[in-house]
Amino acid sequence: MVPLNWYIGLSAVIFIIGMVGFIIRRNIIIMLMSVELMLNSVNISLVAFSHYLQDLKGQILVFFIIAVAAAEAAVGLAILVALFKNKAAVHTDEITEMKG
Amino acid sequence: MLPKLFFGYFSIVMIVLSLLIITRRNPVHSVLWMLVLFFHIAGLYLFLNAEFLAAVQFILYAGAILVLFLFAIMMLNLKEELTAERFIGEWPIGVALGISILMLIYFTISKFIQGPAGQYTIEAIKKETHTKTIGKVLYTEYLFPFEIASLILLIAIVGAIVLAKKSG
Repeated sequence: MVPLNWYIGLSAVIFIIGMVGFIIRRNIIIMLMSVELMLNSVNISLVAFSHYLQDLKGQILVFFIIAVAAAEAAVGLAILVALFKNKAAVHTDEITEMKG
Repeated sequence: MLPKLFFGYFSIVMIVLSLLIITRRNPVHSVLWMLVLFFHIAGLYLFLNAEFLAAVQFILYAGAILVLFLFAIMMLNLKEELTAERFIGEWPIGVALGISILMLIYFTISKFIQGPAGQYTIEAIKKETHTKTIGKVLYTEYLFPFEIASLILLIAIVGAIVLAKKSG
């Protein structure tokens, strides 16, 4: 039997990789994918908890996270398309309109 | 022993794939590596006795969200992306921040104590199939959050159309 700690550790590593990807990449598409990566790592830990604590609440929560992730991807990519139409840029450090 | 070997394979492949996703120059390559990663996550869900979630992972993430990403990449012309700088100038700070937070999480995990077990044992789920058990919980105990989730999806549809429409 695999200990629960291993799953939490794996989830933490993938979450941190997603977070670092979100911070260090310049391309907005990859940043959105890093957000998906973070959401997926949380899903892994929720399913693992749900299995080891023999409770279905974690898996129900995964459904809602998947629904929110789908909504987030749709809105994020729409924002990206609108941004590309206006600025022709997908690099975050080139978008400085709101800088004081 | 065999479960640990399985878990070791899955974890190593998933970590390598995540690193590939955030370091590839071409976004299409990142999306394709992410597809492989989602298949591995679905395999891990099967390993944790969550068959229905594994199917949802296949259909929703691999089938819908990644195709959305591919469409977005296709619509944008990203020729200069292949020669542009991939990372921001301050990337070592980001990596250091990630490593420090990871160490913090690991110190926390070592103090973790598992709580009391619930009523949905594997035998109870097996008697009634996984999908049926989840459906029962979702449509009785979690009916209100379920309706709110449908509202969130509706708002996302309207928002995406408004944002992508040619602004007047």
